[in-house]
Amino acid sequence: MSLLTIRNLTVKFATATGSFTAVDGIDVSVDRSEVLAIVGESGSGKSVSMLAVMGLLPDTATVTADEMSYDGQNLLTMSANQRRKLIGREITMIFQEPIASLNPSFTVGFQIEEVLRINLGLSGKAARARAVELFQAVGIPEPEEKLKAYPHQMSGGQCQRVMIAIAIASNPRLLIADEPTTALDVTIQKQILDLLMKLQEDYGMGLILITHDMGVVAETADRVVVQYKGRKMEEADVLSLFEAPQSGYTRALLAALPEHATGDRLPTVSDFFQEEAPR
Amino acid sequence: MTPVVEGRAIVQNYHVPGSMLRKAKTVRAVKGIDFSVQKGKTLAIVGESGSGKSTLARIVALIDAPSGGQLLIDGQPVDIAAKRPGPEMRSKVQMVFQNPYGSLNPRQKIGDVLTEPLVINTDVPAAERRDRAKAMLQKVGLMPEHYNRYPHMFSGGQRQRIAIARALMLNPSLLVLDEPVSALDLSVQAQVLNLLADLQDELGLTYVFVSHDLSVVRYIADEVMVISKGEAVEQASRDEIFANPRHAYTQQLFNATPVTDIEAIRARVARRKAARQGAAV
Repeated sequence: MSLLTIRNLTVKFATATGSFTAVDGIDVSVDRSEVLAIVGESGSGKSVSMLAVMGLLPDTATVTADEMSYDGQNLLTMSANQRRKLIGREITMIFQEPIASLNPSFTVGFQIEEVLRINLGLSGKAARARAVELFQAVGIPEPEEKLKAYPHQMSGGQCQRVMIAIAIASNPRLLIADEPTTALDVTIQKQILDLLMKLQEDYGMGLILITHDMGVVAETADRVVVQYKGRKMEEADVLSLFEAPQSGYTRALLAALPEHATGDRLPTVSDFFQEEAPR
Repeated sequence: MTPVVEGRAIVQNYHVPGSMLRKAKTVRAVKGIDFSVQKGKTLAIVGESGSGKSTLARIVALIDAPSGGQLLIDGQPVDIAAKRPGPEMRSKVQMVFQNPYGSLNPRQKIGDVLTEPLVINTDVPAAERRDRAKAMLQKVGLMPEHYNRYPHMFSGGQRQRIAIARALMLNPSLLVLDEPVSALDLSVQAQVLNLLADLQDELGLTYVFVSHDLSVVRYIADEVMVISKGEAVEQASRDEIFANPRHAYTQQLFNATPVTDIEAIRARVARRKAARQGAAV
């Protein structure tokens, strides 16, 4: 049975010039201990659909779906209180800018212990001990010392490790990572991806990885959803997607990778794909 | 042939002043780098954040004066600390920055963005400035009607085209590009890289191209310099460096770069399957 099921999700934003459809009838499902990559360029709605699951969209957004359920529980009809028991505990999320995701005014130790206090009811020494364990799990050296550091005293890669430690603090069953390595250098990117994959296997979590980078997809995903302008273009297991992409848009994305350049020119999306697919 | 740009033992030190709690210290951002680029070629400078690659780019673009070493443009030594570069020198070297959202003034119309270098550095009359700007807009794949628009009306890729157009207004021979495509989507990145390749062919431009993305470097570079902690650890032709990376740091960069090769994916999927079955038993 799948862990998260979304059918026909539509998200509209009310803007000054009328309604704007950011996500247009998307179906997504993730199984337990599966890695799903959602790929798309800016404006494809890849983040918005996951923010809808988390309930993090602003008031101007209207979310409709035929189904949005987590582990058999209906997320659409659930009360705010019930939802709060899931979000941040069973389903957690990390974001693109690790330094901006942390509060600059508090030590990282305070921020992870806050999560342990509120979500797991740990206090004092128990919270501190668990925070140290979590920092060890995500590979932060000298965890006791680092708990006393402020975000600006750490590098981007280390801040992302702190974010991951906070996200796995409650042993979630589903982790949503929104462009977790986009702001990082390649060598750090590799470390963070390796860490996410290791944690995913150790904890048996479902992992949704939102990215625009086909390289990241190739290195991590089991299954891939390709989105463009709020609509799903293709869904396939990772090998089929790279071996025999079905949609013109996927072919265009793969061809635009500079390492696939064969001649003098890089193919661009318009070479493969006519703008505005028929609605 | 004289190289368009040459650096001899370029050094850049930043002095961080002390305070009551902290001792003053000197950060050695660039520690003696040599390079040269021939006309019409592209030198890619590759490194991670903090490696000093942007510091070096700013020196080449005549924005910052180096603390040591010598910079030669067209064989002429240039020392901007001793003498401000004149219009002639400014026309030879231009720069394109990483973030097209930050490098354009939101309150300046595109026409003014493009004509400003001419106003400052030349005495071309207004009508001709306008004509040249419109022609340049077409050259970079935009339209003359965009002349009176503001930067916010353009997408990221279009803004980067505008930044490239601005850099080309003075007919430079050398363009310093600091991560010009890393803020762009993949398909837009391909378009901008194509544009840069076309312009290089057409105008005989020389590029110093700073990047952290090896796949982009592989596409655009002739020569590659890998820098780490302010030192050039490896310098070779593109084919040589990609076929046979010698330095440990270069190899580390290559290993960290994600591969989209089918066989690699097949191997990974198989490994994962095996690990799962192992876990289930």
